[in-house]
Amino acid sequence: MEALASLTVAVLVACGVYLVLRARTFPVAVGLSLLSYAINLFLLFTGRLVSGAPPLIGAADRAADPLPQALVLTAIVIGFGMTAFVVILALRAFGQLGSDHVDGREGEP
Amino acid sequence: MNHWPILPLILPLMAGMVNLLLTDRAIERQRMVSLVCGVALLAVSLGLLASAATGEIAVYRLGDWPAPFGIVLVVDRLSALLLVITALLALPALVHACGGDDRRGRNFHVFAPLLLLGVNGAFLTGDLFNLFVFFEILLIASYCLALHGGGAERVRAGLHYVVLNLIGSALFLVGVGVLYGLAGTLNMADLAVRGAALSGTAGLFTAASLLLLVVFGLKAALLPLHLWLPALYGSVTAPVAALFAIMTKVGVYAILRTCSLIFHPFPAAGWTDGLLPPLALVTLLAAGIGLLGAPRLRLLIAYLVVLSVGMLLAGIGQFTVASIGAALYYLPHSTWVAGGMFLLADLIAAERGQHDDHLVRGPVPARPLLLGGLFFLGAVAAAGLPPLAGFVGKLLLLRAVPIPGGVWLWGTVLLTSLMTLVALSRAGSRLFWGTTGETLARAEESGWRLVPAVLLLALSVALSVGAAPASRYAEAAAAQLLSPGGYIEAVLGGEEKP
Repeated sequence: MEALASLTVAVLVACGVYLVLRARTFPVAVGLSLLSYAINLFLLFTGRLVSGAPPLIGAADRAADPLPQALVLTAIVIGFGMTAFVVILALRAFGQLGSDHVDGREGEP
Repeated sequence: MNHWPILPLILPLMAGMVNLLLTDRAIERQRMVSLVCGVALLAVSLGLLASAATGEIAVYRLGDWPAPFGIVLVVDRLSALLLVITALLALPALVHACGGDDRRGRNFHVFAPLLLLGVNGAFLTGDLFNLFVFFEILLIASYCLALHGGGAERVRAGLHYVVLNLIGSALFLVGVGVLYGLAGTLNMADLAVRGAALSGTAGLFTAASLLLLVVFGLKAALLPLHLWLPALYGSVTAPVAALFAIMTKVGVYAILRTCSLIFHPFPAAGWTDGLLPPLALVTLLAAGIGLLGAPRLRLLIAYLVVLSVGMLLAGIGQFTVASIGAALYYLPHSTWVAGGMFLLADLIAAERGQHDDHLVRGPVPARPLLLGGLFFLGAVAAAGLPPLAGFVGKLLLLRAVPIPGGVWLWGTVLLTSLMTLVALSRAGSRLFWGTTGETLARAEESGWRLVPAVLLLALSVALSVGAAPASRYAEAAAAQLLSPGGYIEAVLGGEEKP
């Protein structure tokens, strides 16, 4: 299960990095959200992969670590807000600069 | 428990919220709230500084949870110093904004206090994840402030800034996650204790520390992560640029805090010795070259900010009490002077019509003696000429690094000082002497518009006059940082037994 988990994070990060390095704002925004998904999964996994255990001591034989779950909730909220902001900013840049290139101008062909 | 340490967070948060409710009312009320918040922050910060100066480390446990489980705010000498620097920078910047810049977009008075909340929180918190949260608060406020006033140039620079910092936040979370996975705690004092016991996983620990260096280096504008800064700082409105002068220092603070507390005692993560000094020196050189090539005054001042970061990290990278003390003495000076120069550049540009702040032949500013004199004072302060605090700071730094080992540092610091001097003299002669000779006719400005810029430059003069107590305090703060036992004891050892 560890291999599958780390592979998922790795693929998400690789796709995110590839998209963030594109020259158009839309792939960059998608890449940023993929990166934040990868990071959220990664944070969740830092509490170790335990299945079938509630994050309560004494409720079962084993207990999952509740702190990464709290951290990931915070990270999800922040990542969601930031993604919304970057989408709006990209739209405004397209409106004001007349181009969806990240530098606001078309490069030489 | 004494509740003073939470006030630097509560005050700007309340001010921002109240201003949000006042959005549709007359702007005078928002201004009043912001200024009252600025004054109150200054008073509280000075109070905290006075109590921290005795060497006492105040720990505030939120919700009274014991330390490794709850979040703590910690006021030691370093945090208190940075709170005061922030408050003294913010008040003139807010006053300047009230001169009309706050009308150039909506909600300036909502985001400026929230930026202060993020900055103060980052300086106070004793928890690594909480540091991330405060970074995000200050970043989202800074995104909105960077776009304040609109315009294509700001949107372009703002987009790069936002995307870069979102990637930085992602890396921050990876670093934090790895540290949590290894040590099972994110409280910085607890990490310091447990980090020393982690010998089997030194590689992962080093990887996490390097990730955090990348993130903090991005915030601090350390080469090669500095490229976003000149474009952004050169394009934002003057009071925002002045407020942003403290933001690179948040990165520097985070490097200093995590190094001294968590990473430096742990030898495998020793980037403080191997990586930081050369990077700082290359940053200095890059900033010097940028200064010489800057075509606009605001861009030139933005490179001064990069230069100050290089200087600070050169001092911190040596990791001795004397060199960190020198950096901490140089820090307030460089912050205030950069802020003052941004405000001054705005006043000069306003008198040059369409030439704005471009360093080309243009009309004479209407008050050449007054503005020129202030520019001269700012240039002397920024270039580090005697008798102002920049000179004292550089002298302290050079004295802290003896010559045989520090020959690279000596050479780079002296060379970049010369570059700064040349660049500022060129800018000054072009703005005030190489003119077309005519003055633009424009409405008479009242003298009080000058007050914030004068105040910030005067603070640097005050720092030179009070050099002895200021450098003593800086050295005491450095000594406190380099023996983190007191910090750890205060955070972890102090909980009352039931």
